[in-house]
Amino acid sequence: MRTLAALHSFLAFAASSLTDRSIRWPTWPEWQRVLLLQDYNTRVVMLGTMLLGLAAGMVGSFTLLRRRALMGDALSHATLPGVGLAFLIAPSLGLAEKSLPVLLTGAALSGIAGVIAILYVRNLTRLKEDAALGIVLSVFFGAGIAILSIAQQSVGHSAGLESFIYGKPASMIESDRLLIGCSGVLTLLIMGVLFKELTLLCFDEGFAKSRGYPVLLLDLVLMGLVVIVTIIGLQAVGLVLMIALLVIPAAASRFWTQNLKQMILISAAIGGAGGFLGAAMSALFRNLPAGAMIVLVCSSLFFISMMFGTERGVVVRALRRRDLNRSVDHQHLLRGMFELQESRGPKAGIPFSELQTLRSWSSHRLLKEIERCRRKGLVFRNSDQKLCLTSSGLVEASRLVHEHRLWELYLITHADVAPGRVDQSADAIEHVLEPELIAQLEELLLQKRRVQGIAPSPHPVDATEHAS
Amino acid sequence: MSALSNWSWDYDGWIVLAGILCAVAASLPGNFLLLRRMSLLGDAISHAILPGLAVAFLITGSRSSLPMFLGAVIVGLLTAVFTEWIRNFGEVDEGASMGVVFTTLFALGLVMIVQAADHVDLDPGCVLYGSLETTTFDMVNVAGTEIPRVVLVLAAVTVINLVVVVLFFKELKLSAFDPALATTCGISARLMHYLLMIIVAVTAVASFESVGNILVVAMFVVPPATAFLLTERLRSMIIVSALIAAVSATLGHVSALVVPSWFGYRSTSTSGMMALCAGILFFAVSLFAPQHGVLIRILRRQRLSRRILSEDLIALLYRMDERKSGVVASIDQLRAALLSGGLMSSLLMKQHARKGHVIATANGYQLTDSGRRLGAELVRSHRLWEQYLVSEGGVAVDRIHGQAEQLEHFTGRELRDRLQQETSAPVLDPHGSPIPPE
Repeated sequence: MRTLAALHSFLAFAASSLTDRSIRWPTWPEWQRVLLLQDYNTRVVMLGTMLLGLAAGMVGSFTLLRRRALMGDALSHATLPGVGLAFLIAPSLGLAEKSLPVLLTGAALSGIAGVIAILYVRNLTRLKEDAALGIVLSVFFGAGIAILSIAQQSVGHSAGLESFIYGKPASMIESDRLLIGCSGVLTLLIMGVLFKELTLLCFDEGFAKSRGYPVLLLDLVLMGLVVIVTIIGLQAVGLVLMIALLVIPAAASRFWTQNLKQMILISAAIGGAGGFLGAAMSALFRNLPAGAMIVLVCSSLFFISMMFGTERGVVVRALRRRDLNRSVDHQHLLRGMFELQESRGPKAGIPFSELQTLRSWSSHRLLKEIERCRRKGLVFRNSDQKLCLTSSGLVEASRLVHEHRLWELYLITHADVAPGRVDQSADAIEHVLEPELIAQLEELLLQKRRVQGIAPSPHPVDATEHAS
Repeated sequence: MSALSNWSWDYDGWIVLAGILCAVAASLPGNFLLLRRMSLLGDAISHAILPGLAVAFLITGSRSSLPMFLGAVIVGLLTAVFTEWIRNFGEVDEGASMGVVFTTLFALGLVMIVQAADHVDLDPGCVLYGSLETTTFDMVNVAGTEIPRVVLVLAAVTVINLVVVVLFFKELKLSAFDPALATTCGISARLMHYLLMIIVAVTAVASFESVGNILVVAMFVVPPATAFLLTERLRSMIIVSALIAAVSATLGHVSALVVPSWFGYRSTSTSGMMALCAGILFFAVSLFAPQHGVLIRILRRQRLSRRILSEDLIALLYRMDERKSGVVASIDQLRAALLSGGLMSSLLMKQHARKGHVIATANGYQLTDSGRRLGAELVRSHRLWEQYLVSEGGVAVDRIHGQAEQLEHFTGRELRDRLQQETSAPVLDPHGSPIPPE
């Protein structure tokens, strides 16, 4: 504990000398209070934003897969006129103008109007999705600003309404958290019940329609979920940053998995973590607005996922491509050497320059491949620096050549490809042949014709042919 | 109209002009954004430039326009670049990558502005709302006349956009519709993409600073979408969209003054009302556009179904007349055979009676000679089609009726003559009914 505290005070010193004077490094007790949720206000805010992140992450997965990630953008703007109108009308109904239920009801109604407007533009005119979202977003937002500016002059103190645009998590109270919690459970229930239907809607709308599912209704349900999540998020992070919670966690989780259920869970986790950590940072550091911090935490998680995601991350895909390239080079080298030795006799070494003319590979790339094969004991350099296959290299190479020629034979006999062109076609596919396929090909093509256990080449094999 | 009584051209005139310039400037590149299905880019860019403003401010320490402008344009372009990167490297779909980029940049900008706010007032609210109402606060003297600086800036942007769109019309058009073809024609689709991004960013930033982002975001999308429903040609779409933009800006300011007074309030946000007016225009056009309007399409469909029903009624009466000359059929008999609605059927029969195709008697309707001619034409089309479908189309006899029933309504004299020729002038149709002569 004492070392931790010491480390902490060192960090505090380092930070104070590095950062602007307006950010103060929090003291150790402050850390404790925030992270252990001792402070009542902070606890409410952090748990509230975490729940919000969970709900938004789950709903966002579906809208992302429906290629409608920015729907949250349009719908969150669409709630604004409702907030303003509710504010104006509430006093005449004998209600407090800033009572949250009234404002949220207004927001929900105008959000639903936004949903209907999107569906109208998309389904009944010849405009596309993006235009529908853009129109609804800008027109509703414009109307909202016009109404809010009236509201401001009428009642005098509508300052609280601004928080619907920028968000004020700090103003969150226990009942808000309850509201968020209930809505979160509600969205979870709806998604659980309609999981199959929503999945179908997202992956294959046409198929869903042909199976008799009410596609329009499902679309409405999905957008309704977005409206619910958006409305409860308005107070917490504001409408601009609410979009981030709907888009970023879902897009990030896509890098980790191909399975929808896992994707929803991961997305919820990222959203929850973003909400929790963002609120914590804003509580720890003065001057860091919570809404913005939540978004920044989420987008850091997004970039980590994009780089290191195990399924589609940039690094993983680069590694996969490198492995594939290497195995292709490996096969090209061994097969090229085997075919050269075949025509020149088994003991003849092959000079490096000749190997280089085999394919369009750089000498650096070829050298590295030779080095890898040498380390595996597949090739060796003989006394006059020429390359030869070792006995295990010969086994491996003859297997590769065998597969290549099998595929060539198949192309000639079953796909009517001219013998002069099969070499290239077989080249493209041989690297991904499965063992079962090889067995099938053998059965199909080689009842008796084998030369030393290897299929004969269906076309003349000559090094110069490769080079040409 | 009392709200307009204190209209002053020195004040309101400039506001309207600034609004029109901003709207036209945004709608020009907006057409290409719409065709490329990137309508939301305007919104993304206008949110994302916040950190550009903040960084420019933190570096120069002043709120002077030029560094702020440059910073914002650069970040606006970066938004487009980052969106493309994430889409390519991460294989994320376009909308999502845009969402990630602009919300992140916006949040970053918000944090920076809050940091800077300690030293100076740089209110995100003022940046986001901007306001047209302050247009006349900052006047510049040009050649002896006082012109608002905002109007000068927006006029320059409008001219730049106009020049770019006119000069690169062919290139922009081709790369919007078919980037691959554009590349094979020697036009760099990539270059055009970034040229478009540059003018979008410049427009967004210039308007942003002077009139707020609501107006520009709306004008990037709504007028081009409205024009898209009105015309089929890109050239006329651009011109129409600019007109619509100008009209909605004018209407917007007028209604910002007038509409609140109906409810006893003072005027409201002009740019908000301009966006709303553009939206109302769009809605009206989407209903009533001559070619693609939703209502117009419904009306057209109903008129067609009325015409078909009215023709079916006459053809049915002709067939009954064929069996028993001079037959009188009641409305109920006709309805029962056609399964049609009562009101519509009797209305259409009354119309036929007015035109002299039928005579209304106490028991029903009887064909006149002109009605018989009309019926003969329809039945002739029907039976010729049946013959044609069997002899030339090889369709089974029990399946031809339905198709002939549809085709008969769209067959004129000329087509009937061709059918007669093709089927070598038959006397009877496949069912054995006589084909009436022309």
